[in-house]
Amino acid sequence: MSGIDDFRKETRAWLGANCPASMRGPMPDGELVWGGSEVEFKSEDQRLWFERMRDKGWFCPDWPKEYGGGGLSPEQNAVLEAEMRRLKCRPPQINLGIWMLGPVILEFGSEAQKRALLPPMARGEIRWCQGFSEPNAGSDLASLKTSAVDAGDHFVVNGTKIWTSYGDKSDWMYMLVRTDPDASKQQGISLLVVDMKSPGIEARPIDLISGKSSFCQVFFDNVKVPKRQLVGPLNGGWTLAKALLQHERRAMSKFGEFSLPNHVDLLSVAARYLPPADAGTSAEVALRARALAMAMDEHAYTLTAQRMGEEMRARQDVSGLMAIMKLVHSEQEKDKLEVLLDVMGHRALGWEGDAFDSSELALTRAWLGSFAQTIAGGSSEVQLNVIAKRVLGLPEGKQGK
Amino acid sequence: MSLVYSEEQRLLADTAAEFLLARSPVAAQRRLRDEGKAEGFGDALWKEMVDMGWSAIPFPEALGGLAFGCMGLGAVFESMGRNLSASPLLSSIVLGGTLIELAGSEAQQAEWMPQLIAGDKRMALALDEKPRHDPAATALRAERHGNGWLLQGDKRFVADGVGADAFIVVARSAGAPGERDGLSLFLVPADAPGLQVSPMQMIDSRNHAQLRLDGVRVDACALIGEEGGAWGPLDAALDRSRACLAAELLGMTQNLFDTTVEYLKTRVQFDVPIGSFQALQHRAAWCYAHLHLARSAVMAGLAAMDDPKLDAAGRARLASLAKWKAGDAAHRISREAVQMHGGMGVTDELDVGLFLKRIRVAQAELGDADFHCDRYGEFVEAQ
Ligand SMILES: Cc1cc2nc3c(=O)[nH]c(=O)nc-3n(C[C@H](O)[C@H](O)[C@H](O)COP(=O)(O)OP(=O)(O)OC[C@H]3O[C@@H](n4cnc5c(N)ncnc54)[C@H](O)[C@@H]3O)c2cc1C
Repeated sequence: MSGIDDFRKETRAWLGANCPASMRGPMPDGELVWGGSEVEFKSEDQRLWFERMRDKGWFCPDWPKEYGGGGLSPEQNAVLEAEMRRLKCRPPQINLGIWMLGPVILEFGSEAQKRALLPPMARGEIRWCQGFSEPNAGSDLASLKTSAVDAGDHFVVNGTKIWTSYGDKSDWMYMLVRTDPDASKQQGISLLVVDMKSPGIEARPIDLISGKSSFCQVFFDNVKVPKRQLVGPLNGGWTLAKALLQHERRAMSKFGEFSLPNHVDLLSVAARYLPPADAGTSAEVALRARALAMAMDEHAYTLTAQRMGEEMRARQDVSGLMAIMKLVHSEQEKDKLEVLLDVMGHRALGWEGDAFDSSELALTRAWLGSFAQTIAGGSSEVQLNVIAKRVLGLPEGKQGK
Repeated sequence: MSLVYSEEQRLLADTAAEFLLARSPVAAQRRLRDEGKAEGFGDALWKEMVDMGWSAIPFPEALGGLAFGCMGLGAVFESMGRNLSASPLLSSIVLGGTLIELAGSEAQQAEWMPQLIAGDKRMALALDEKPRHDPAATALRAERHGNGWLLQGDKRFVADGVGADAFIVVARSAGAPGERDGLSLFLVPADAPGLQVSPMQMIDSRNHAQLRLDGVRVDACALIGEEGGAWGPLDAALDRSRACLAAELLGMTQNLFDTTVEYLKTRVQFDVPIGSFQALQHRAAWCYAHLHLARSAVMAGLAAMDDPKLDAAGRARLASLAKWKAGDAAHRISREAVQMHGGMGVTDELDVGLFLKRIRVAQAELGDADFHCDRYGEFVEAQ
C-alpha cells in the first residue's frame, strides 16, 4: 500500500504546485478550452494548466505510456481524480476524442491505429467531432444512410450528417457509415475516422434559435477515406457506437461532478428581481415559492451527483443512477430557466442592445439554448425508454426500441 | 459529509430490514388497524426494538446512548417505512429524548433518559395547535403561578399521545403567536389534574391525540431549558425528527414503487403486460428518477444531523430539503401507485391504500411541502 500512498503524496504536491489558482472551482461556459490544432486560451493560466497536464500525460492519465498516456493504474487514476476533485481542479481541456473515441480505439483499434491516432489525441492536438446523426436518422440512429463504398485501398463516402457539433471547427470526425446496404439495420454499419480537410467535405453551420451556431450539417461528396481509417471490423460499427455512447455518458457524468457549466444561481436572480419574502403581491409570493421549489429540486440533483460519485468509489452498481442524470439535469435546466423568465418579466425577453444588461441577455440565450439539451445526446423520451426497459426491466412495447 | 451508509450503518439497515419483515410486516399493521387499538403500535414489538438498542442510537454515551448518529437511525426508519411499522421511536425517542438531551437539566436527564431508552416510559411532544404545523404560532399560555406555572390551551395532532406517560408541552410564556422568542417547554405528566387526552382517529390508524390543558399546574422544576428560550433546542429536535420522518417516507415510497413496477410486469391487458405501454413506462421512469432525488436529499438530511461542521442553519436547510423532497416523491409515487393498479388500487384489500394514507399523514407531520419550502428559502437567504 505504501506505493499508492506515495503516489497520493506526490500527486497532491504536484497539483498544488502546478494547478493555477484560477483553474480551481467551477468553470463558466465561456471558459471551456477546446483542445485541437487551433486551441485558444483566454488566459495565461489556462495555457499553463493545459501545457502542464499535457506534458505530464494527464490528459489521458490511464492510457498506456506508449500511446501518449500517463500510464497510471486504475488505482492511481482514482487517486488522481480524487485529488483533482479535492482541489476543485478544472479539466484542462474538453476533447471528444479523448473522452469518447480514444477508449474505443484502445479497445477495438489495430496496433497501427493506436500508434497513429492516440499520441496526437493525447497531446490535445486534434479537435474531434461526432458524425452520427443524419436528417433521417436521429433517435433511430441505426437507420443511417451515409454510404461508404469499397474502392480498393479506400472507401468512397457519400451522404450527409447533421447536428454535428462544431463540425466547422474540428480537425477530424469519427462517423458511422453504411457499408452493407443489404444487411439488416444494425448489421451493415462501420466506424470511420475522417480528416475534415479531405476534398469533398463541406460543413455548413446551422443557425439555432439561441442565435448561437454551434452545429453544422456536413456534406460528403465522393470523399476518399483510406481503408486504414476503418476502426474495428467492417460492418461491426454498431457495437463500437454503443461502446462510444457509453463512454460519452460516463464522461458527461464525471464532467458534471467537476463543474456545472452554464450555471445560473436561481435564487440570487430571484432575489434581485423579486421583493423580499414578507413583501410583494400574492403573485410575486407565488412566483418566489415556485423559484424556491425549483432550487430545491436542483439541490437534490446536485446531491445525487455527489452520491453517485461516492457510490462509484465504493464500487457499488450505479448504472441505474447514471441513467437518470442526463434526463433530470436537462429537464431541470429547462424548467428552471422558464421560472427565471417569469421572475424577470420583460427583462428576460431582450435579444441584444443596451436596453438590457449583459447578464439578462445571457440568461435569455441560456433559456433558448436549454431546449437543445433535452434533445441532444439522446432525447428525454429516449432516456425514459432506456430507464423503463434497461433499469426497471419493463417489457418491450409495440412501438419499437 | 457522506451520502452513503457506512459498513456499520449498512449492517444495521440489514438487521432492521430482516427483523421488521419478520416481526412487523404490513399485515401486522393491518391487523392493528382492524383491532382498532388506540395506541396504534404493538407493545411487544416496541419492547423488542428497545432490546435491539434502537432507542439508544442517537444519544451520547454519557446519557446511556450508543452515539451511533442520525444516519444509523435513518436506516432503521427507512425499514420501518418499507414495512409500514408503527412504533413510538419518533415520538418518544427522537422528539422527546432529544429535547431532554438538548435542553434538560442534569436532574431531568438523570430521571428521564434511562426510562425513555429502556422503554419503561413514553413521552410525546405537544406542539401543533393549528391545522398546519407551525411551531412559532404556538399560543398555549404559560403563566407564572406561585413558584410554578399555569398552563392553559389546546394541542392537536400529538403523535403517540394516547397512553403516553408524560408530555413535553410547548407553551408561550411571553410574546405573541408568530414570534420565536417567548416559547418554553414544560414536562407534564399524563395524570396532571386539568389535562384531558383524547384520541384523534386519523387515516393512518396510528396514535394521534388532542390535548386540552385547562389550568394545568406544574412546578418550577417542570420547565425544561430556559424560560422563553425553547426555540433553539426545539428546532434542533424537530430537525432530527424531520430527517428521520423523511427516511420513513422514503422507505414507504420505495416499497410502493417496487410493488407497482412488479404489477406493471404481471398485469396483462390487450394481450400484453401493461408495463409495455409507453405512457406507463415513461411515468414509471420519472417516478424512479424522483425516488433517486429523494434518496439523495434524505441521506444529506440525515448526514447533516451528524455533521459537527455544519451550523444550525446549514442543518435546518438540509433537514427541510429532505422532508420536502421525500414528501414530493412520496406524493407523486403514491398517486401513480393507485392509478396504475386500476380498480385494485382503490380497494382496501391491497396494501397500496395503507401506504397512501400513512404517506399523507407523514407529509403533513412536522411540516408539509409549503412549510419546508419557505423554511429552506429563509436559510438560503440568511447565508
Ligand atoms: C445541441 C445538439 C448537439 C448535437 N450534437 C450532435 C453531434 O455532435 N453529433 C451527432 O451525431 N448528433 C448530434 N446531435 C443530434 C442528436 O443526437 C439528435 O438530435 C437526437 O438523437 C434526436 O434525433 P432527431 O433530432 O432526429 O429527433 P427525432 O428522433 O426525430 O425525435 C423527434 C421527437 O420524437 C421523439 N421520439 C423519437 N423516438 C422515440 C421513441 N422511440 N419513443 C418516444 N419518443 C420518441 C423524440 O424524443 C423527439 O421528441 C445534436 C443535437 C443537438 C440538439
